[in-house]
Amino acid sequence: MNKIIGKEYFSEKVVAFEIEAPLIAKSRKAGNFIILRVGDKGERVPLTIAGADEKRGTIRIVAQIVGASSKKLAALNVGDYITDLVGPLGRPTDIHNVGTILACGGGVGVAPLLPIVEAFKKAGNRVVSVIAARSEELIILKEEMEKWSDELIIMTDDGSLGRKGLITEGMKEVLERENVDEAIVIGPAIMMKFAAQLTKEYDVPTQASLNAMMVDGTGMCGACRVTVGGKTKFTCVDGPEFDAHQVDFDEMMIRLKSYVNEEKVLND
Amino acid sequence: MLPDRSEAWREELRKKNKNKDRIALERVGMPEVDAQERIKHQDVEVNCGLSSEDAQHEAIRCMDCANPTCISGCPVGINIPKFIKEIELGEFVKAASTLKDKSALPAVCGRVCPQEKQCEAQCFYTQKLKKPAVAIGYLERFAADYARENDKNPQIPNISKNGKKIAAVGSGPASLSFAGDMIKKGYDVTVFEALHEIGGVLKYGIPEFRLPNDIVEFEIDNLRKMGVKFETNFVVGRTASFEDLKEQGYEAFFVGSGAGLPRFMGILGENLNGVFSANEYLTRVNLMEAYQSESETPVLKGKRVAIIGGGNTAMDSVRTARRLGAEKAMIVYRRSMDEIPARVEEVNHAIEEGVEFKCLHNPVSYQGDENGRIKSMKLQVMELGEADASGRRRPIPVEGKFIEEPVDLVIVSVGVSPNPLIPSCLPSIRTSEWGTVLVNEDNMQSDDVDVFAGGDIVRGGATVILAMGDGRKAAESMDDFLTK
Ligand SMILES: Cc1cc2nc3c(=O)[nH]c(=O)nc-3n(C[C@H](O)[C@H](O)[C@H](O)COP(=O)(O)OP(=O)(O)OC[C@H]3O[C@@H](n4cnc5c(N)ncnc54)[C@H](O)[C@@H]3O)c2cc1C
Ligand SMILES: Cc1cc2nc3c(=O)[nH]c(=O)nc-3n(C[C@H](O)[C@H](O)[C@H](O)COP(=O)(O)OP(=O)(O)OC[C@H]3O[C@@H](n4cnc5c(N)ncnc54)[C@H](O)[C@@H]3O)c2cc1C
Ligand code: SF4
Ligand code: FES
Repeated sequence: MNKIIGKEYFSEKVVAFEIEAPLIAKSRKAGNFIILRVGDKGERVPLTIAGADEKRGTIRIVAQIVGASSKKLAALNVGDYITDLVGPLGRPTDIHNVGTILACGGGVGVAPLLPIVEAFKKAGNRVVSVIAARSEELIILKEEMEKWSDELIIMTDDGSLGRKGLITEGMKEVLERENVDEAIVIGPAIMMKFAAQLTKEYDVPTQASLNAMMVDGTGMCGACRVTVGGKTKFTCVDGPEFDAHQVDFDEMMIRLKSYVNEEKVLND
Repeated sequence: MLPDRSEAWREELRKKNKNKDRIALERVGMPEVDAQERIKHQDVEVNCGLSSEDAQHEAIRCMDCANPTCISGCPVGINIPKFIKEIELGEFVKAASTLKDKSALPAVCGRVCPQEKQCEAQCFYTQKLKKPAVAIGYLERFAADYARENDKNPQIPNISKNGKKIAAVGSGPASLSFAGDMIKKGYDVTVFEALHEIGGVLKYGIPEFRLPNDIVEFEIDNLRKMGVKFETNFVVGRTASFEDLKEQGYEAFFVGSGAGLPRFMGILGENLNGVFSANEYLTRVNLMEAYQSESETPVLKGKRVAIIGGGNTAMDSVRTARRLGAEKAMIVYRRSMDEIPARVEEVNHAIEEGVEFKCLHNPVSYQGDENGRIKSMKLQVMELGEADASGRRRPIPVEGKFIEEPVDLVIVSVGVSPNPLIPSCLPSIRTSEWGTVLVNEDNMQSDDVDVFAGGDIVRGGATVILAMGDGRKAAESMDDFLTK
């Protein structure tokens, strides 16, 4: 049982928690995730570790409220306990000094992106970040992203904050004007698909962090399988980050919709 | 010959009936829930267990042989005639403790061991008389269940602690039997489990209609009472490394991390929605209780379901599919009915439950609808050739012969590989080309002297009793290693 010691709404649909998990706070690396369960009948929900405070022994997670499980999580308050929480899972991001990194986050994808940006910055890279959402209220972690980026570009669909347009437009501007050595993209599958297509045009090696459907998260069930470079991979142990130019995003989007009908029943 | 055979009570029992009369008795049948009724429930156990009368009656059949060949068929060497004679005498709790001398989880083994291939295959009745073997498995289950239900306050041995901390990785049968032995030897034992439940495959794989969770839970609780500590939600190698644990004072490790990695066939359409690994399907249903409406974890339910493979996992999946409402549930197996590796009892139960067996067929591709959901599979028709290295006749495709079968759910159950996490965290241990951890078979010690291993991580997908036997052997030799 892990105690919640902090809770903050970033927007109506995005909530951040600080949770006691001293071992995970110590062993986690950028790119790792946890799986948690709320209640005895709860689903196992994967969420990226968006930050950690080793001294306090806490980790931070940021969850978008989409369905039954994230709603139940959001209903918890400071002082409550998470029924089960396991981690750190997945392979950490390969952090190294290459020069210039283009870091792109869509919606709640900015939360998992933040520790990666921080790590790349600390490794001595120039980091240009582009974050995007439908509108101003949905832009999260702006100050933190600013702190760890050399430059932060904000894009909104409706132009309510930063510039008006899709994330790819902001990315294109950077790719046009300067040499980018590597890119990382995290967000909805559709966003990652188009972002990957763009960086491919510029020949920039790109990692995408995939939010496949998961059950155990330890490589035992195969629910999280994705096709990368024509081969089947398990997101939870082989990923979650993969070469974005090799990922079959269309297949991934179909697999994410496996349970639309079943989820509807639960949400009603 | 085992010395206890000459004890007075045994001699007396032997004299009570002539062997001729024993042989004339019929083997007892296992009472079962009616097939039409049981397929309505995921958690109603199919086998009901023997009554005391039936158990004692069956025990009379056993001739208490001077050279009890049955024991040689038992991977952990249970003193079979002794426990059976204790049943004959009506000493059911004693019978259970005779079982416990060698097997940490007799109620589990009595339910899931392939007895017809082990002890019962070696019984005098099968070997020499060509008659049905003594129902050793049923009797094992009977004694274990009797003790659990009637011996409410089993004595917890008062063990003096030796102050040494050791750890087991994973909480399947290998680690549970290891932990049970080590706690009795006075060690401070902690079992680490990655999932939120203890029990490994016994919980997430084998369904409740075959092995109720209460039975597993009871045994775990006994270990708890004896002082074994359990840490769930703890992935050794990730939550903390072996180094971290050593720093915390753990002196040696037993790795029982199992063979959980599902294999796929790599054929077209295998990632369509509605194509599962057996592990995912069974985990959703058994661990996450997706069959219950209150559970938040969903599972796809099919009307026409195909399971690819013929092992125990395949039988469990197909029977689960029937219980979740499949009108047509079929086993697709590339060899013939004679080669099916699953336990005979489970195959028979599946047949009673209306499962179809499509033997000598092998899938070559899956076709989906416009939403990416599976709608049919293409099967290659097979025939049997010469025997291969495994001694079974090799399946070979019949040139140009295919059939198309409409399905809305496919469960792939063609085997598992060892969990690679631990070997990848411990470069000092060696693995085979199949990814199994290499150990010295005499003492289950790996190249890293502090690390012992057993169960499926060493054997690949094997059996509960072999995993338990490994756990015990490792306990014995780890104790030697730590006290020498
Ligand atoms: C490695 C990994 C890391 C993740 N990290 C985070 C994180 O840091 N923060 C976070 O909010 N989420 C993250 N996710 C996604 C998160 O696990 C899901 O959003 C969550 O499981 C949804 O559960 P639910 O029951 O609330 O919604 P469900 O009831 O499962 O879903 C409701 C509906 O939303 C859709 N949906 C579900 N998940 C997503 C998604 N990620 N994107 C778009 N649509 C979706 C489904 O198709 C469904 O129709 C991560 C996933 C993975 C695999
Ligand atoms: C569906 C199914 C039906 C079966 N039916 C039968 C049967 O009828 N009869 C029979 O004899 N056998 C049967 N088997 C096989 C039998 O269950 C296995 O051989 C046995 O469970 C192996 O035991 P184990 O202790 O080695 O590992 P497992 O039972 O696999 O347990 C391993 C545990 O380790 C955990 N783990 C892995 N890595 C880590 C880590 N790094 N840190 C912490 N924990 C970790 C896993 O989560 C898991 O809980 C069946 C198997 C399946 C899947
Ligand atoms: S071989 Fe059969 S008859 Fe003989 S002791 Fe064993 S169980 Fe009894
Ligand atoms: S979530 Fe089960 S294998 Fe990845």
